Amino acid sequence: MPKLFRQNQAQTKNAGKALKRLFSYMTAKYKWLLWIVLIGIIISSVVGVAGSLFLEILIDDYVLPLVQVDNPDFSGLARAVMTMAGIFLIGVFATFVFNQLMVIISQGVLKDIRDDMFKHMQSLPLKYFDTHTHGDVMSHYTNDTDTLRQLLSQSLPQVFASLITVVAVFSAMIMLSFTLTVVVIFWLAVMFFFSGKVANKSGKYFMKQQQALGKTNGFIEEMMNGQKVIKVFNHEEETKKEFDKLNEELYEQASQAHQLANMLMPLMGNLGYFQYISIAIIGGIMAINGVGGLTLGAIASFLQLSRSLQGPIMQVSQQLNAVVMALAGAARIFDLMDEEVEVDEGNVTLVHARFENGELQETAERTGIWAWKIPNGDGTFTYKQLLGDVRFENVDFGYSKDKTVLHDINLYAKPGQKVAFVGKTGAGKTTITNLINRFYDIQSGKILYDGIDIKQIKKSDLRRSLGIVLQDTHLFTGTIMENIRYGKLDATDEEVYAAAKLAHADGFIEMLPDGYNTVISGDGSSLSQGQRQLIAIARAAIADPPVMILDEATSSIDTRTETIVQRAMDALMQGRTVFVIAHRLSTIQNSDVIMVLEQGRIIERGNHEQLLAEKGTYYQLYTGGFEIEAM
Amino acid sequence: MFNQLQQLKQLVGHYNKTANLTRLFVILEVIMDIMIPFLIALLIDNGIQAGDLNGIIQYAILLIIAAILALVFGVLGGKYAAKASSGFAKNLRQGMFYKIQEFSFKNIDKFSTASLVTRLTTDVTNMQNSYQMSIRIALRAPFMLVFSLIMAFSIHPRMSLIFLGILPVLGTGLFFIAKTAHPIFKRVFKTYDKLNNVVQENLRGIRVVKSYVRENFEIDKFQDVSTNIFKNFVKAERIVALNGPLMQFSVYSSIILISWFGGRMIVGGSLTTGELVSLITYAMQILMSLMMVSMVMVMFTISRASADRILEVFNEELDLTSPKHPVTTVKDGSVRFEHVYFSYDEEAKNYVLNDIHFHVNEGETVGIIGGTGSAKSSLVQLIPRLYDVTKGKVLVGGIDVRQYEIKALRDAIGMVLQKNVLFSGTIKENLRWGDKNASDEEIIAASKLAHADEFIEQFPDRYDTYLEEGGTNVSGGQKQRLTIARALLKKPKILILDDSTSAVDTKTDANIRRALKEKLPNTTKFIIAQRITSVMDADKIIVLDKGRITGIGTHEELLQTNEIYREVYESQTKGGISQDA
Repeated sequence: MPKLFRQNQAQTKNAGKALKRLFSYMTAKYKWLLWIVLIGIIISSVVGVAGSLFLEILIDDYVLPLVQVDNPDFSGLARAVMTMAGIFLIGVFATFVFNQLMVIISQGVLKDIRDDMFKHMQSLPLKYFDTHTHGDVMSHYTNDTDTLRQLLSQSLPQVFASLITVVAVFSAMIMLSFTLTVVVIFWLAVMFFFSGKVANKSGKYFMKQQQALGKTNGFIEEMMNGQKVIKVFNHEEETKKEFDKLNEELYEQASQAHQLANMLMPLMGNLGYFQYISIAIIGGIMAINGVGGLTLGAIASFLQLSRSLQGPIMQVSQQLNAVVMALAGAARIFDLMDEEVEVDEGNVTLVHARFENGELQETAERTGIWAWKIPNGDGTFTYKQLLGDVRFENVDFGYSKDKTVLHDINLYAKPGQKVAFVGKTGAGKTTITNLINRFYDIQSGKILYDGIDIKQIKKSDLRRSLGIVLQDTHLFTGTIMENIRYGKLDATDEEVYAAAKLAHADGFIEMLPDGYNTVISGDGSSLSQGQRQLIAIARAAIADPPVMILDEATSSIDTRTETIVQRAMDALMQGRTVFVIAHRLSTIQNSDVIMVLEQGRIIERGNHEQLLAEKGTYYQLYTGGFEIEAM
Repeated sequence: MFNQLQQLKQLVGHYNKTANLTRLFVILEVIMDIMIPFLIALLIDNGIQAGDLNGIIQYAILLIIAAILALVFGVLGGKYAAKASSGFAKNLRQGMFYKIQEFSFKNIDKFSTASLVTRLTTDVTNMQNSYQMSIRIALRAPFMLVFSLIMAFSIHPRMSLIFLGILPVLGTGLFFIAKTAHPIFKRVFKTYDKLNNVVQENLRGIRVVKSYVRENFEIDKFQDVSTNIFKNFVKAERIVALNGPLMQFSVYSSIILISWFGGRMIVGGSLTTGELVSLITYAMQILMSLMMVSMVMVMFTISRASADRILEVFNEELDLTSPKHPVTTVKDGSVRFEHVYFSYDEEAKNYVLNDIHFHVNEGETVGIIGGTGSAKSSLVQLIPRLYDVTKGKVLVGGIDVRQYEIKALRDAIGMVLQKNVLFSGTIKENLRWGDKNASDEEIIAASKLAHADEFIEQFPDRYDTYLEEGGTNVSGGQKQRLTIARALLKKPKILILDDSTSAVDTKTDANIRRALKEKLPNTTKFIIAQRITSVMDADKIIVLDKGRITGIGTHEELLQTNEIYREVYESQTKGGISQDA
């Protein structure tokens, strides 16, 4: 499962762009707060450096002059200390302010990014979801956002504060002694050289560790999914053995990577001591020989400064990895946000309507009559009753440009007809229904809905006019009541009960201890596949759409219940167009038109009797000569 | 957290020796870290201030030796820490994975697959970091604190009293921060789960969302959760963010106090400049180590949730175990249910299966038919003891299934689950799950029986065709036939097919059943099916309705006596056509 770390390198170069965009998020809402934070960081860092310099002034100007005096006057010293205390207090206050504000900014930005990401995701075309694994997308919300949190709330302010500190310290150092500053720079170069080498090597092992981790995770995921099969086959021991192999490999790589990474801190820290010692020696020699006018206080201060340089440098070096990782994560998040959204150029909308004096009028309440509201371009509208007349004219389609899945499809569903699609897996049945609601756009040809090209209909209105029940019923965490109500958000409890009854779901729901208030989790594992399908049908029934698409909607329901549900559905859909896909032929026998698909072409069409009489593919399917397979 | 860590260490064992080496080197490094400021004080006082070049060089050499030692100790400590913590993570993963392998179906049902994966991955990584911290920083910080205090006192006891004044203030502050932030963090992580759940459900159900045009509804739902996270996180982090200013306040207070009193003492001659510099260094070290302690505390707070989740796996009680003196061979394939009642949840008011009572002789074929939710799968899962009955008895080969060694019992039973899984690997590898020593001939024979051979032979790589995870590159019907072949390779005494031919066409379905009947006459066969044609020719057909048996008999008998059966039969044969009229 290499999907975990596919991205790494190429996206490093996007890091700069990502950083810029991240800043724009910060400045969008928090411009003023950000300025305050900036000022706070500067004050805080400068005060920190001033603390180190304070020692020099204190010793040279206030302490040493008093040493020889008989009756020393400490008022100067007291004043100096008091002044310093005041400065320190300002520093503490500045730190307090910028820390608090930074929390608000970073969490606020995170929230905005999350919300934007989700909002954007909702507007993406299905193609995006087809071509990205859920794990991949999920990791934007988990891993990538987590690293971002680190970056915003810790790394960025720390790196910035460190940089300010380094600049301040260096200026102070140069003021004190140029020669000693050169010594410091020399040691810094040494430190960077070694730590760079180590970091480089450990980075390589981290890559390997990620690979091993990906492999192990993949194995775990697969085995956990098949855990019940493992039990049934007594396959526990073999599985353990295989796991041990992967686990051992992961341990080796992780151990190597961390060993090297753990060297960094002591290396930087202790090389810092060498720097410290060299300053003491060289500074001492200079002071003794009176070179460069170094005072004892200056050396003490310089030593102190070189220590305070240590902290920020170690922090930056530690954060650098986190920053690179977080920016890569940010780049991935922004990639998602840059995915092209579903285009919707339609301007025909769907409205409730009623007839007044034989003329169609728009109305706010549900009348059971729907109408297309077509703008005439001059501010006026034409209304056209929704009937459910669907036509395909020479439609070609492929999920990718180079591979056509549907060839020259022509079909005509008259209002109120039940149209069925039959054919092997991959023949293109589901694809056709996906084109009607514009989950995908056709390459050539035309799809007309009540005579209107569906491209001219606003997507949300188009979809609202079509009820879809899929084989994989997706329910959401919540009560059964809420799940059924999903079809019509303002439905009353009574409407929900009625819909459940229609779908024959009321029987088992009432058997549950909490009835309609039973909370089901998203994968609904507490319910059988058949029960979930019944709920999904109830959900579609309550939406009461003018046109319905049933894609293997009853495949997991036993045939007896199916017959009853089917009858209820037929009653419900009286006078409305229905598209049905089913591999159980009994489900579709009473259709007005049955289309037999093969490799993306309609090869036979007619009703049950006609097709049987034709003695073609349908006849063979019906008599069991061919295999229809459901996934 | 230390508590949980301790428990986990005992559960899975850890690299104790390596961990101890880490501790040793950490302590040695701390000692060096403490020595160095002390030596520097001497260098300043006796070398620089005294203007003694020799003195400077002498102390410098000592210092360099100390620094080199510190470097070596630090590197070694880091090395062993990495080894020990990676090893601990390895053990944790292994321990958990092994434990999960022992899980019964009931245990598995309790944890979702996704949550088990998180526990084995993210949570383990968190624990690895915590463990490393516990042997490194969590040791280093207190040692540093104590040693620095000792040194400070040895330099100048009276000045060091300053620390004793400031430490309690800082300590209380840090304690307060950790204490208040922890419960909020805990809440945040719970909300996180909710957020992830919303995203996951939207990913899976995107077609539903889009076709119901519920994008805005979902966005509102998401924003509710994300706002919640925002509020709680701000609350928690604002408290944690007090760390910084508190720390600075303490450091600055120490510097001010040391400067004031120290300055006076230098003037008075009871303190040297070098000592003053060292004292300030120690002040920094003391406060830094306290800071580290508080950091560790925050990190531990975060990883405590992980530890709890891992412990949940370890502490999960296994509810199915082999008895002390188990029966290790299954004599024959006869099956008997004696007034069996069953429910998945002991506290549930209603039984899923009610008073199930029947007997099947060896070699018989039993069809089970019933509506959605009639508990067909629940019934057959009791045979290989995937679940235990609540009341009554299930006997295989005349002996209560609870008296068998579980492995022996399950080896004798071939079961094809309704939700079946193929694993990534070649077809051959997958089939060998049934019998790892199966010869190629045996594999082909089983595949022929399951009518899988015919399509496998059409693949370019035939039996070496690579199946993707979950078997996504074969069709539903092919998958079912492969899983049947896999079960057949076990040469089971009892074969259970739980709706295993639903995606196979009627003709092949019939062929498979005929082959099973002819080639495996001594194997008892349970066939659950939706299609009545799949069970019509069985020796016995059990009709289940809402967990009760409403009829047992042959096809002809049931047509006469059982109304439900007759209805199903009619709905599937002439029923479809009569509806047309």
